[in-house]
Amino acid sequence: MARVFLMSAAVLAFAALVGAPAGGQERDPILVPAVSQQEVQVRQGFTGTELLLFGAILDPRGSRAADGYDIVVVLKGPAEPIRVREKERVGGIWINSESTAFRSAPTYFAVASSRPIDTIVDARTAAIYELGLDFIQLSPGGAIDPEEQARFTSGLVDLRQRQGLYKQDMDGVTIEEGVLYKARISLPSNVLTGLYTAETFAITDGRVIASAVADVDVRKVGFERFVEVFSQSQSLLYGLLAVCLSVFMGWLAGRLFALV
Amino acid sequence: MDVYLPIANLSVNGLLIVALGGLTGILSGLFGVGGGFLTTPLMIFYGIPPTVAAASAATQVTGASVSGVFAHRQRGGVDYRMGGVMVVGGMIGSGLGALLFRFLASVGQIDTVINILYVLLLGSIGGLMMREAWASIRQSRKGVPPPARKRRHHPLISALPMRWRFYKSGLYISPLAPLILGVLVGMLTMLMGVGGGFILVPAMLYILGMSAGVVVGTSLFQILFVTITTTMMHALTTQAVDIVLAALLLLGSVSGAQIGTRLAVKFKPDLLRLALAAIVLLVALRMLYGLGVRPDEIYSVAQL
Repeated sequence: MARVFLMSAAVLAFAALVGAPAGGQERDPILVPAVSQQEVQVRQGFTGTELLLFGAILDPRGSRAADGYDIVVVLKGPAEPIRVREKERVGGIWINSESTAFRSAPTYFAVASSRPIDTIVDARTAAIYELGLDFIQLSPGGAIDPEEQARFTSGLVDLRQRQGLYKQDMDGVTIEEGVLYKARISLPSNVLTGLYTAETFAITDGRVIASAVADVDVRKVGFERFVEVFSQSQSLLYGLLAVCLSVFMGWLAGRLFALV
Repeated sequence: MDVYLPIANLSVNGLLIVALGGLTGILSGLFGVGGGFLTTPLMIFYGIPPTVAAASAATQVTGASVSGVFAHRQRGGVDYRMGGVMVVGGMIGSGLGALLFRFLASVGQIDTVINILYVLLLGSIGGLMMREAWASIRQSRKGVPPPARKRRHHPLISALPMRWRFYKSGLYISPLAPLILGVLVGMLTMLMGVGGGFILVPAMLYILGMSAGVVVGTSLFQILFVTITTTMMHALTTQAVDIVLAALLLLGSVSGAQIGTRLAVKFKPDLLRLALAAIVLLVALRMLYGLGVRPDEIYSVAQL
């Protein structure tokens, strides 16, 4: 906690520095975000981690924002093209029937806000900034009717929510003294590696008055990275190694047990 | 003990995976089946992606069969000639299976096909084995010495041209029969992520009519080489072989296989067959239930 405090203090000092020359002029507040870890290292024993997203908002007219504002933090993982399939009962058994493709579905999506999002902004603004699980932009491929698309989208969101990959916390951001905000978002161990972006929005009267982005690099290191790269770049050798490992272990067990 | 799997992209309880491997190994040594028909579904149930589960299970079955093959070889229980013919068939079959797998996956029906295959194959084979084992157990209970089962191959087999002598199996039949059997089992290995022993063993007993002493060893021999092919094919195409997962499974299964082969000598073969039949039927029923009831997940995601 002490480390976080120190970092917050640093952020404040930096914000004061940036905010200083603006004296007197009517300008939008400045948002200074920070993430507790710029890099998440996935190595042996990784069971997920918790990111602390924090920062300060400063009104150029004074040291702190005069009117109340809300903070929404959106943490997004790398996007990938996917196909979502729906099971249906056909002749007594459940089989995949209809499907739809999404060109860019984030593999991870978490939203935290200081108040329920529908009380902060209207649906239109929420849709523009992707504030909330109902507003993830998935870029559906092909022309399909909106009702069907909504069904598939909610199916996907529901599935990934239960996998811990999509989440929203309407009470996840705490604002202290109207200046410092912080939010904790957990990454489960089954997250995909890649570049994650944390977007922070400051909102007053249903209007986004400031926003800022911070990156988090989630990557495998050490042995885990070696295995992943090896399996992709030298797949023949990797396969042979796997076969040798299993034959060797089988042989060794036979030898050891023969002694018993 | 948390272990992170670099290819599956998630962390699992290492001891649980080792225990799962151990269970598979015991089955493998005891019955001469790979046990993949249990591990693959259980791993998927645990949350490991299906392709990674199937690919790594194949690697694991290799290890379990190696120790099994060594153990049976010492007792002279492997017919290399018969096994060799089946291995050739198995390699052709796993190639065909890979093509079929890709086609079914692209139309999104792979899961359903796998489940139906499980129900049909396990159901019918389990049923047959159960009936047979039960009948012979009842006969021996009555005190009547069981009539020596007339060991003969299926009439269709003798219709095939070009006969070879398989001394250890005590057969004079066309090599086409074990070759075709090998092709079928190879396809199943690739499709279902199983070694195919649960089909191979009864087929060798009842269709080919091999002498019981070499059935388990020869079946393990065939499984060994077909799973090696499958591992290589997965490594090259799906790149889903997780070596950490495979190592954990192996740790359990190679020890389990040794325990299994020792146990196998202590029990009556009839009882063993009855037990295997019960396990096979149980898995088939579970799969049938899974097809019929509304699944937990209506939606599924496939990467493009």
